[in-house]
Amino acid sequence: MTTTSLTSSRGAGRAGDKVFSGAALAAGCLILAVLFGVALFLVIQAIPAFTAPAADIQGGEGFFAYIWPIVIGTLIAAIIALAIATPVSIGVALFISHFAPRGLASGLGYVIDLLAAIPSVVYGAWGAAFLAPQISPAYGWLAANMGWLPIFQGPASATGKTILTAGIVLSVMVIPIITSLSREIFLQTPKLHEEAALALGATRWEMIKMSVLPFARPGIISAVMLGLGRALGETMAVALVLSSGALTASLIQSGNQTIAAEIALNFPEASGLKVSTLIAAGLVLFVITLAVNMIARWIISRHKEFSGAN
Amino acid sequence: MTSTPTPVRKRSALTKGQLPKYAPYVVLGVALVLGAAILALIGFNAFGWGVVSAILFAAGLVGWSAAVEGSRKAKDKLATCLVVGAFLVALLPLISVIWTVMVNGIPGLLNPGFLGTSMNGVTGVFDNRAAEGTGPVVGGIYHALIGTLQITLLATVISVPVGLLTAIYLVEYGNDRPLARAITFFVDVMTGIPSIVAGLFAAAFFFAVVGPGTKTGAVAAVALSVLMIPVVVRSSEEMLKIVPNELREAAYALGVRKWRTILKVVIPTAISGIASGVTLAIARVIGETAPILVTAGFATSINNNVFGGWMASLPTFIYTQILNPTSPSNPDPSSQRAWGAALVLIILVMLLNLGARLIARVFAPKAGR
Repeated sequence: MTTTSLTSSRGAGRAGDKVFSGAALAAGCLILAVLFGVALFLVIQAIPAFTAPAADIQGGEGFFAYIWPIVIGTLIAAIIALAIATPVSIGVALFISHFAPRGLASGLGYVIDLLAAIPSVVYGAWGAAFLAPQISPAYGWLAANMGWLPIFQGPASATGKTILTAGIVLSVMVIPIITSLSREIFLQTPKLHEEAALALGATRWEMIKMSVLPFARPGIISAVMLGLGRALGETMAVALVLSSGALTASLIQSGNQTIAAEIALNFPEASGLKVSTLIAAGLVLFVITLAVNMIARWIISRHKEFSGAN
Repeated sequence: MTSTPTPVRKRSALTKGQLPKYAPYVVLGVALVLGAAILALIGFNAFGWGVVSAILFAAGLVGWSAAVEGSRKAKDKLATCLVVGAFLVALLPLISVIWTVMVNGIPGLLNPGFLGTSMNGVTGVFDNRAAEGTGPVVGGIYHALIGTLQITLLATVISVPVGLLTAIYLVEYGNDRPLARAITFFVDVMTGIPSIVAGLFAAAFFFAVVGPGTKTGAVAAVALSVLMIPVVVRSSEEMLKIVPNELREAAYALGVRKWRTILKVVIPTAISGIASGVTLAIARVIGETAPILVTAGFATSINNNVFGGWMASLPTFIYTQILNPTSPSNPDPSSQRAWGAALVLIILVMLLNLGARLIARVFAPKAGR
């Protein structure tokens, strides 16, 4: 660095550069530190739950016996949510990208985004106060007519506050996520592929099946994975809607519980070892969602180079 | 329509084997009438009518198309019906949620003193009286409103500088270094952290550093920041990236230092997008319940100190009023307050969303891009 009269400036300028780039770097590192801290502090606070004698943990049979039913419950709720949300979201995304009139498309996209703007606690309140009573007759019908299936085994809950209702509310919250990601990818389909298909005489559906869906498949998979991450960690919809209980196979009885709802319902009054147990449960949830999200990001990045879908 | 001047419209060979243009309307009319008839037999309700008519419409149209146009066209019609149906199905919960909140929330919101009083001293006795009709529904959301605004403000004060500086690092200094790529990756991962885990992290952090059982508004603000920072980083990064490089180079050519270029040229150009991204991030965290639940506790009285004592917030107020009504035997006054609070919360979120759009439009740079 030779200091000539042209490049020399007051010290403030150069110091400003150093301070500014340092601050930007520090902010970036802070984010890494926070994520590391999330894992670290959860582990530190959770250790007592892993080392405590089995009899002291809630349920009296150790941490593993406590956590696995609610892990299964979390997965059941998330699977119900995805089973409903995936086809609906893909349909909505296709509608906005390929079926709706051009002028309407962005407005319709905004309407779907409104779904994402409504706070989760409002969805929970809606599910508990409106959806559950409305849907419970359907559960009665399912129990009477399809009760031979283990998942519809009666007697159906009279209040409708079941894991299936919670899953439906979760699906509503997941739909805008999967929709907006899939829509982006559908819009990136090469126009030439679509036009080639149409020129060969394909109907609109055949064009979508031949050119849009194959192109968008990795994107759809990762969108669904991100939706899964959201469904696994969503708290309020389940805490308010589900009347929780022991793990049961039937989706239309009260019972089952998810990790997030278990924490929300018990943490405010918890103390001592119970706090550690709940934080350990949170750690399990963190690890599960982290794995799901990383797989989703990995799928996206693997296809980024040649599809442009990210 | 046709280029031939003949007044008689003959169906040409090209359009043969197609459904007439009016076909969907005919099928829709028949489906609505048939649906009403079927529903009249088993007890009429509007929702069932809609569902039955939609199924009849799809079946009728596809069947007619299969008979006239062949299976390929019929499949296309079926796909169109399914896709449109999916969109309508997705709209149902949105309309239903907004309707439910409006209907249940307006009585609570119009209750005198709802916005100006707290729940301090409001006990089940008052609610029992209100349910019997011998007294008014008392209590309000002032304390929760104060809490929500303070916690969200503090979270914004923490998140915006960190998020914006990180975005500046990624765009201006990162140059695709391993560190920049690691930050991008982990910001993506952070976006997926469940909100309750963010709350547990803040709680665990303050339990370890300050002392067990520390629950204040500030802890909640830290939890919300964990959720807010990645959103701010992503949106600001996108906005900084679309600032044309020519602007930076012009500034460098004039001998302006990099940090002044960023502060005086890059950020002012991108400020509308950044501000709207920040507003959307606020809209996202203002409705978060779970992290506040585990970090700030519940309060029924006004607490203006975000660094000390339990604090209420709108989402946790809704949650507790529904789950643990003030008077367990008469939950109606509590649920009226909860729906009123839900309406206020939705209005806040919608205003923020609208504000974000307005900011993006009004402050957008006049030229460039």
